[in-house]
Amino acid sequence: MEYSLSNLRELEAEAIHIIREVAAEFENPVMLYSIGKDSSVMVRLAEKAFYPGKVPFPLMHIDSKWKFREMVEFRDNYAKEKGWNLIVHYNEEGYKNGIGPFTHGSKVHTDVMKTQALLAGLNKYKFDAAFGGARRDEEKSRAKERIFSFRDKFHQWDPKNQRPELWNIYNARVQKGESIRVFPISNWTELDIWQYIRLENIPIVPLYYAKERPVVEVDGNLIMVDDERMPAEMSAKAKMRKVRFRTLGCYPLTGAIESNAETIEEIVEEMMTVTVSERTTRVIDFDQEGSMEQKKREGYF
Amino acid sequence: MTTQNLDIKAFLDQDQKKDLLRLLTCGSVDDGKSTLIGRLMFDSKMIYEDQLSALERDSKRIGHAGDEIDYALLLDGLKAEREQGITIDVAYRYFSTAKRKFIIADTPGHEQYTRNMVTGASTANLAIVLIDARYGVITQTKRHTFIVSLLGIKHVVVAINKMDLMDFSQEVYEKIKADYESFVAQLDIPDVTFIPMSALKGDNVVEKSERMPWYKGTSVLDFLENIRIVSDRNFTDMRYPVQFVLRPDIDFRGFSAAVASGIISKGDEILVLPSYKKSVVKSIVTYDKELDQAFPPQSVTVTLADEIDISRGDMLVHPDNLPRVERHFEAMLVWMDEKPMNLSTQFYIKHTSNTTKARIDLVKYKTDVNSLEKMPVEFMQLNEIGRVVITTSKPLFFDPYKKNRQTGSFILIDPITHNTSAVGMIIDKLDSKNLASRITDVDKEKIAAGQSLIQTEDYQNKYNQKGETIWITGLHGSGKNELAFSLEKKLFDNGAVVVLIDGSSVRSGLSRELDFTPADRDENQRRVAHICKILNDQGIIAIASFISRNDSLRNQLAEIIGPNRFHLFYMDATLDYCKNNKPELYDLIEQGKTQYLPGIDLEYEVPQNAKLVFKPEENSQNIEKVLDYLAANKVFPHH
Repeated sequence: MEYSLSNLRELEAEAIHIIREVAAEFENPVMLYSIGKDSSVMVRLAEKAFYPGKVPFPLMHIDSKWKFREMVEFRDNYAKEKGWNLIVHYNEEGYKNGIGPFTHGSKVHTDVMKTQALLAGLNKYKFDAAFGGARRDEEKSRAKERIFSFRDKFHQWDPKNQRPELWNIYNARVQKGESIRVFPISNWTELDIWQYIRLENIPIVPLYYAKERPVVEVDGNLIMVDDERMPAEMSAKAKMRKVRFRTLGCYPLTGAIESNAETIEEIVEEMMTVTVSERTTRVIDFDQEGSMEQKKREGYF
Repeated sequence: MTTQNLDIKAFLDQDQKKDLLRLLTCGSVDDGKSTLIGRLMFDSKMIYEDQLSALERDSKRIGHAGDEIDYALLLDGLKAEREQGITIDVAYRYFSTAKRKFIIADTPGHEQYTRNMVTGASTANLAIVLIDARYGVITQTKRHTFIVSLLGIKHVVVAINKMDLMDFSQEVYEKIKADYESFVAQLDIPDVTFIPMSALKGDNVVEKSERMPWYKGTSVLDFLENIRIVSDRNFTDMRYPVQFVLRPDIDFRGFSAAVASGIISKGDEILVLPSYKKSVVKSIVTYDKELDQAFPPQSVTVTLADEIDISRGDMLVHPDNLPRVERHFEAMLVWMDEKPMNLSTQFYIKHTSNTTKARIDLVKYKTDVNSLEKMPVEFMQLNEIGRVVITTSKPLFFDPYKKNRQTGSFILIDPITHNTSAVGMIIDKLDSKNLASRITDVDKEKIAAGQSLIQTEDYQNKYNQKGETIWITGLHGSGKNELAFSLEKKLFDNGAVVVLIDGSSVRSGLSRELDFTPADRDENQRRVAHICKILNDQGIIAIASFISRNDSLRNQLAEIIGPNRFHLFYMDATLDYCKNNKPELYDLIEQGKTQYLPGIDLEYEVPQNAKLVFKPEENSQNIEKVLDYLAANKVFPHH
């Protein structure tokens, strides 16, 4: 017998080890669930880590109130089916004040409805560790992110002051009020994620698959008309095009790509021929150079 | 890569079977390290087009490579680093070929970033050491190779770069190869491969170069794709460090862990550390299916045939193959913290899934990372590498790092800042007879501090005595205690203020967690010396009666108390006298039921500088001798 694991099984084993380590070392961990494909993989890994028991911590979705309707629907059905302890948190005040990308711009919207909502959610439940589905291959500033990423009392990340991380020994010590963000799928690439979804038959939001959808072209991005909140002069220009999404977020801030890929195999095939990295379809990245790093310092993932 | 003629399903089926190689690149930007990584990634078609176009824009503004594409910009993530033009952390890069997936730990090469390189090396199976063909084997090459060997990386590719600038000369290559080989012989790296190349021009990076026909080996990528690394794992010594106890309902009780080494099979008899209880593996559970066997690095859950109490930090092993179970060991330590080592800190030590407290007893030496010279130091600072002695409060279950990377590694966490202060690789347990004393120079400094508002003279006048210590050394059963007790009574009767400290009273309370190993014996006496010091500071005479087996220890006790206040008396009894006088312990040791008794299996050094020497038979005269001595030295009476 050859005692060797494939790349995917090795990554899986590593992630399970990380997830268990957090459950063992922290009093009150939470798994941040974004409904996206990476989150879906992360949740499956958590289920595997504690089988035949249940996942011993809650999932939390930070709802910006501008997610695609299909995402919310998928979230609610899947959570019910799986019996998850799912917390949905949103910024009530921001919601009451009608904060949104069309009226306030992407920067204000992201700050109020995502970053602030996340921090408030973490504070409300006093979570001392939060799992995120970020991967190091997504963006340059993430290449240096730790798996256990230390955050101070204000959830700030200091790139100059990160704890050394060696072997598979993770330093989980925090003072009261401080916390750790944990990225169990740090070492996975986009292809690994798709491969795993295929191998494990993990359900994903249908928006990842190509379909005729009403989209408007805005500064080179294809924005889907998901509800009536899109300004009428904008939605008036909508055309049906066969598109899909490589990442999912707030619908006005997430560009679609034209595609015919209706299965995972076709998505992977497309990914390897149309070589555009996935974060370019997220509008928020265009703000300024190093903008992801900026957001991370402020507490966003 | 074109997939037009490829059945995508077949491609995916094959692709998901490929394995993973983690590698470290050692060198600096000047050696062309970033260029090499960029080219490996670029030429294996994994650099996406949009990243490339962003790169062209960045290169023009802040690039260091003129008009050519600066591959380094692809890699340096953080803004501050990009502006300085150096990578100052560990960045992880990913690329795949048809045969393998690769994770590159990319770390800076300068000496002040040793800790970053150590970090990158900790998870790597292979290291690429870059050498600039123009300069050959330089200090940096040696430093990098030393770190690679320290962290136990078994495979090294020496990439001799910039061959284009040396006319692709075989002579240059052979010279560098010979130099490196003679240097690396003193280190422990089993597999070294030399590849001449030019990262900038692409020679021997992905494709074999035609410009070096004399080179018969493979290209870098070809080598990385084909090297066998599975056998590097330890499949011999089964170590299963319990990470999480899974108890979803009353019927199921599982112990989850990542297998650290060896193979655990259903039906195996196992032994649990530290309880030494035995049981049998009933099942190996995973979400997908039950397994017959699990091996590293699988994460599984094991159930046992018997109900035994097992918690996180315990370890399952095979009864015929135990790790070391020890509280004292030697390790190579790398200091990672801006805050220098302080020998009096009680660190948290995290080792596998086990966390306890630890103290650094002693730094034996530090290794100069450039010359590999060993130098005596008292403590370590950022980026320094040294050999230390560590004592933990609970035993650790470990193997030497050379045999087992998983159970031989640990981190030290600062108890206040919670920073990872140091990381270590265990050399082995320490032969207890050679344990270092725990009385350190730091203690001496502490002693110098702290002062009372009452003057020494005030005490001396009030009590008519000098607060000093009478320390009686001698073998077990030599009659030290008899002398000590009679002396206390006599001094008390004569009006002195005196306190007697003997082994049994200290052992029953203050030092009750200590055992009788040499290190713990020394620790016990260190504590007693501190009590004597406190008593003496307040004008009180202390009488201490302890074996105190050698001059090195006794001198350190004198340092704590103050050499001028320390009066060493020696009870000179023959071993026969001692055995007759107090036979119990001597009998036990002869029967092999105990160990570490000075004079028997630990050396007892006759003191060279005792102020008085007694024979036990002469107890009444001995008291007179002491009283005369104290009077002559104005200890008591003082006036």
